[in-house]
Amino acid sequence: MDTSTNGAKPLVEMKDISIAFGGIRAVDHASLELYPGEVVGLLGHNGAGKSTLIKILSGAYQRDHGEIYIKGEKAEINNPRDAKRYGIETIYQTLALADNVDAAANLFLGRELKTKWGTLDDAAMEAAAREVMGRLNPNFRRFKEPVKKLSGGQRQSVAIARAIHFNANILIMDEPTAALGPQETKQVADLTLQLKKTGIGIFLISHDIHDVFELSDRVSVMKNGRIVGTAKVKDVTKDEVLGMIILGKCPPGAIPGPGALQS
Amino acid sequence: MSSTTDSQAGPAMVQEGAIQRFLRATELDTRLLGMIAALILIWVGFQLIGQWRTGEGVFLTSRNLWNLMVQTSVIAVMSTGMVLIIVMRHIDLSVGSMLSFIGVVAGVTQVYWLAPMLGAEHPAIWIIALLVAIVMGAVLGAFNGYLVAYAGIPSFIVTLGGLIVYNGAAWAVIRGETVAPMNQTFELIGGTPRGSWIGGVASWGLGGLACLAILWAILASRTARRRFQFPQRPVWAEVFLAILGCCLVLGVVYVLNSAYWPPGVVTRYAREANIAIPPEGLNFSKGFSYPMLIALGVGLVMTFMATRTAFGRYIYAIGGNPEAAELAGVNTRWITLCMFSLMGVLTAVAACISAARLDAASNSLGQFDELYVIAATVIGGTSLAGGVGTIYGAMLGALLMQSLQSGMTLLNVDAAYKDMVVGSVLVLAVYLDLVFRRKSS
Repeated sequence: MDTSTNGAKPLVEMKDISIAFGGIRAVDHASLELYPGEVVGLLGHNGAGKSTLIKILSGAYQRDHGEIYIKGEKAEINNPRDAKRYGIETIYQTLALADNVDAAANLFLGRELKTKWGTLDDAAMEAAAREVMGRLNPNFRRFKEPVKKLSGGQRQSVAIARAIHFNANILIMDEPTAALGPQETKQVADLTLQLKKTGIGIFLISHDIHDVFELSDRVSVMKNGRIVGTAKVKDVTKDEVLGMIILGKCPPGAIPGPGALQS
Repeated sequence: MSSTTDSQAGPAMVQEGAIQRFLRATELDTRLLGMIAALILIWVGFQLIGQWRTGEGVFLTSRNLWNLMVQTSVIAVMSTGMVLIIVMRHIDLSVGSMLSFIGVVAGVTQVYWLAPMLGAEHPAIWIIALLVAIVMGAVLGAFNGYLVAYAGIPSFIVTLGGLIVYNGAAWAVIRGETVAPMNQTFELIGGTPRGSWIGGVASWGLGGLACLAILWAILASRTARRRFQFPQRPVWAEVFLAILGCCLVLGVVYVLNSAYWPPGVVTRYAREANIAIPPEGLNFSKGFSYPMLIALGVGLVMTFMATRTAFGRYIYAIGGNPEAAELAGVNTRWITLCMFSLMGVLTAVAACISAARLDAASNSLGQFDELYVIAATVIGGTSLAGGVGTIYGAMLGALLMQSLQSGMTLLNVDAAYKDMVVGSVLVLAVYLDLVFRRKSS
């Protein structure tokens, strides 16, 4: 059974990735693929290794073993700067923002707009921030305030704005709604679908199975650092996926991975 | 926006609303205003106490204020770097002994090395000595920074070790002797001899230029905001700020120009130039002195760097959330190393001012300076938790500390009690700031 989008070239291929912290194999020979215009949900318990695996793609961790291909070409990703060069943007569950500076400064952090003198062009950055935030969250007005004064949803929209402004073609969302209320969660979900339509490939990490079923095309389940299996959402039920998460039991609708329970 | 608040505010709120509206329109930092108020309080306080104790207040004389500014310059120069180190959630305890080490090496370079080779007053000596100091500061600072950023040792430990090591190194170089005298051109950096101040006319000129710069800055920011159709500050607020800024600059120039050459210097000058001194005396204005100009220049450059460059932006971002900065693609280790190196350069500049002012290099240079620098920074509103702090705040903090010190010296307060007062003021200032911030948030 073929779970991939027929014929298209994968945007991201992570092959046989391993990483260990001390003696613990946080990720153990895991492989993942992502196609353009697709949302892949990555599920698993806390500590299953899903965040770790994805942080290898975003450059926050360096893998011990395995290879990453972006658009079919081997990619060297050793730090977050490398990942950004490949068009990989990440939205973290911890809302990784510098609290003491404003929205525009966060949006452009690491990639500031400069004047012809080489100094910061704050006015241009604020203008760009107003433009992109206007698309995401038209009610947002607090451009002059440090982001610590913003609500969780507003902060998350700053993080998402970063991905949109820099034309990410691969977006990683690590528990993007963990810190948000119901209404803001809905906003992020709408945004995810909107981004997907533009042809971006999205990894969605969550432990909320309902979220994942609503937004994803495929799901991959991890347990103890290994991939239990990967399936198209329409081929499996929520109960089957729960079985994968809890027991590591791979249902018939899924392609089993190295972590699947051997029967 | 303001019209809706007006209609909602009751009559009792109108007064407060006006003050807040004023602050919002002018975008003045309330903490800055608080510090200036504290400074005025201290100055007037010392003046009044002096008048009451001795019948003659000397604190608010232009001569004393001029000295005060010269004395502040060493700590002020270093505090501009310490702010950014603390903003990045680090600390540098080694600046005092590093100052001592660099000062001693700069002294030895001139007196034992260059003077025999080139002659004591060769014009290149002061440049070479200054360069040696600055390179040394950059290297020592970078070494501190390397240990913090790449070896991962906490900055407190690295620089505590550095404090002891550099102190030992300074002893190893001159074994407690005093190296003197400094090269006469080098000495001008210290602000003591004739020629180390630029005189009345040049000072007015400089003040005029500063006023033009203020006007230009205000206009430039208006143009930039108009380009993107952002909300503007009200015109009255801009005019107010321009007038305030210019008055402040010209006021400082006036005070500095009212400080005259010391009588001894005038007598010697008159003899050299063959001028008869008239019975009412010759009054030559001192104006800005080199250490003041260096401190002001350093303050401007550092403020520019902190607010207008990516390097400065990264420093604040790292202080706000080091992890987020790293994940956003900022090379946090490299920035940390560079900042410590810059701190070393500033320490070298301060070392040259110190040695030049003393006209000698000795092991007592820079003693306890790390504590005064950190205290000035903290009084200036820098949070030890990181992420928050301004360079002008730290420089004002340095001026405030020096005001306390020299005010008490003028009143003949015992050195032991002086230290006790200064230490208490540090704690009190941080406490008041905490109370104020808790109320305002």
